[in-house]
Amino acid sequence: MDSTVGVIFSSINEQNVPGLTKVRSMGSIPFGGRYRLVDFALSNMVNSGITTVGMITKSNYQSLMDHLGSGKYWDLARKEGGLILLPPYSDETETLYKNRLEALKGATAFLRKAKQDFVILADSDAVYKLDYSKVIDYHIKKNADITMVYHEHKLVKSHSYMTFDVAKDGRIDSIKINPVSDGVENNYINVMVARTSFLLRLIQDAIQHGYTSFGKDILSPGVSSYRLYGYKFDGYYKSIDSLATYFDANMDLLDKKIRTELFGDRDIYTKVNDSSPAKFAESASVKNSLISDGCLIEGTVENSILFRGVKIGKGAVVKNCILMTDNIVGENCTLSYVVSDKNSVIRDNRVLAGCEIQPYFINKGTLI
Amino acid sequence: MLTKKECVAMLLAGGQGSRLYALTSNIAKPAVSFGAKYRIIDFPLSNCINSGIDTVGVLTQYQPLVLNEYVGNGQPWDLDRTFGGVHILSPYEAKTDTSWYKGTANAIYQNIRFMKMYDPEYVLILSGDHIYKMDYDKMLAAHKAAKADCTIACMQVPLKEASRFGILNTNKDGTIYEFEEKPAHPKSDLASMGIYIFTAEKLFKYLELDNRNPDSENDFGKNVLPMMLKAGEKMYSYRFEGYWKDVGTISSLWEANMDLLGVSPKFELSDNDSVIHSKSPLAPPAFIEGEVINSIVATGGEIEGKIVNSVIGTNCIIEKGAEVIDSVLMGNITVKAGAKVNYSIIDEEVVIGEKAVIGAPVAEAQKVESKTSGITVLGRGVHVSKGGKVAAGEIADKNV
Repeated sequence: MDSTVGVIFSSINEQNVPGLTKVRSMGSIPFGGRYRLVDFALSNMVNSGITTVGMITKSNYQSLMDHLGSGKYWDLARKEGGLILLPPYSDETETLYKNRLEALKGATAFLRKAKQDFVILADSDAVYKLDYSKVIDYHIKKNADITMVYHEHKLVKSHSYMTFDVAKDGRIDSIKINPVSDGVENNYINVMVARTSFLLRLIQDAIQHGYTSFGKDILSPGVSSYRLYGYKFDGYYKSIDSLATYFDANMDLLDKKIRTELFGDRDIYTKVNDSSPAKFAESASVKNSLISDGCLIEGTVENSILFRGVKIGKGAVVKNCILMTDNIVGENCTLSYVVSDKNSVIRDNRVLAGCEIQPYFINKGTLI
Repeated sequence: MLTKKECVAMLLAGGQGSRLYALTSNIAKPAVSFGAKYRIIDFPLSNCINSGIDTVGVLTQYQPLVLNEYVGNGQPWDLDRTFGGVHILSPYEAKTDTSWYKGTANAIYQNIRFMKMYDPEYVLILSGDHIYKMDYDKMLAAHKAAKADCTIACMQVPLKEASRFGILNTNKDGTIYEFEEKPAHPKSDLASMGIYIFTAEKLFKYLELDNRNPDSENDFGKNVLPMMLKAGEKMYSYRFEGYWKDVGTISSLWEANMDLLGVSPKFELSDNDSVIHSKSPLAPPAFIEGEVINSIVATGGEIEGKIVNSVIGTNCIIEKGAEVIDSVLMGNITVKAGAKVNYSIIDEEVVIGEKAVIGAPVAEAQKVESKTSGITVLGRGVHVSKGGKVAAGEIADKNV
């Protein structure tokens, strides 16, 4: 897979989860007790044998940089290639990019320098494990211009989606942008493969014609002029497009089957922290939960995801919650359907409750 | 470019650890798992980097494979440096003066050239089988302030246990007037912790002298330290107060693991000032469904059974109806449904079959006459078949 270079959009669709992206980019949203969302796309690349990855950033990417570092935890700290951050490009005439196409424009220098024949683009707002090398093999076999990965599921929202019809041989017949539908659709998951030179030509064309949308101006009309193919991915897939789906995707990890699919076999790489192992006190009672290193549990925890260093006080009852790194829950608190961002402190005896479709969200570093 | 290091650490990791029996059949003692996610060597290596010492020679010779793989380039401890860093030093062949390491002093002697590469003023000698957190920089400051030739870290031990240690007999000002290795009738309760700081030129001088003495056992405690004392070199004791445990025996290894349990444990790992670094595995957080009481559990666990007063390592699977009580489980262990594990140390990669019974409850087991004080030990990779039994105090290193 030395023939493929990866590009990840770390800062896409952030408006969908404003609370979680207030202090960080989409890719650095904490997930599943110890991961960040970008770990999935990035690990998929590494596990597919890709050794050069460009990470397109936009704003608020300090947290992302802190997470990625030199890329050593993904085995991407390399002399040749490795992980390369692509900060937003702007000059007197250009402002910060507003859409995917403009973001890609900022990556052209990186892509031109890349020696790899193929490029794979992926977003960082979804949880899934996919061997991209299979997509690339498929792309080569079909002699496609562009291969787009899709997943069959019901549309959750009716905007910022792209669906398509796929012929028996895999060729994409038509592309719909932001369709309204109640049924199961072939949803594009924003993973695509193309020849590097072909993608560069598309970007060049787009600049010349003043296009603004990659989907509307290039892919959709491209159905007739290019060989567009769909690659069906039928594993577990969940995109994070609201606080509710963020909550669901985390809770999905309590399902052994999904946990095994995502984390068994090949690793999902992430930044490693040297916290001590989780500690359960005499008074602890934990059911159906994920507990990370550094946690200290003195109370009751059920159906919850606890990130690193979370402390649950005596007599506290935490059910159906996601508590991020270093949250402190005081004694005799009762928490239900709470998503608490990092470093928050909930003082003794507090009662906080949300519900499944609208969890109670606590901003990073809040004292309650 | 820096061309010298003020202080170089040399970590003696060659011991066979024969009193750990099956746990060290295939690996060196410093590579033995500890505290759910660590290996013993994490402690001295982390202490080094936390004390500002970034050049460490690790002297290995017994079953070094796992240890070498684990230490790697030193990255988990920030010891992957362009100048300095961690180096594995195995015995090598040269025209003269090389062989398998004979004693502790001989091991260091054979690596004089390694130390000299860094032109150090001081050399810190460490053991690879102790669990503790210590700021060596404070000890070095004391060594410098006293203008000592050798400083030995020591701590108070109960007088009745003193004959198990090297004992320092000191004057009021901390200078040492006598060093007794495992005395039958100890005069003092100050035990050497096996941690020495030498002024480099003195160390090199006495190692050369020791090497020339055909009667010497080439051991620091027995030969080099007494020789220096006799020659009138300035030798100081350095009092350490805090948690320190030699985990050279099955029972002390078990105790040290248990010392991590509780909200205010005897040995606290989770303070942020002196983090113990390790090659943290990439597993997802532990999934807890069963009953986990007064225990610690590392990442990757799938815990559906009952865990009481135990230390559970990385990627352990404890099935429904299984019970683990007063035990230490290292990594990648499966305890199948209905199995019971009591008062045991279980090494990595062990599989315990359905309804198997390992060990006996503490009170009962401690009455059993055995070389492990009643603790049951399963060696690396042992499979215990369905309904199998390993009695209290037994050591199993083959499938049961």
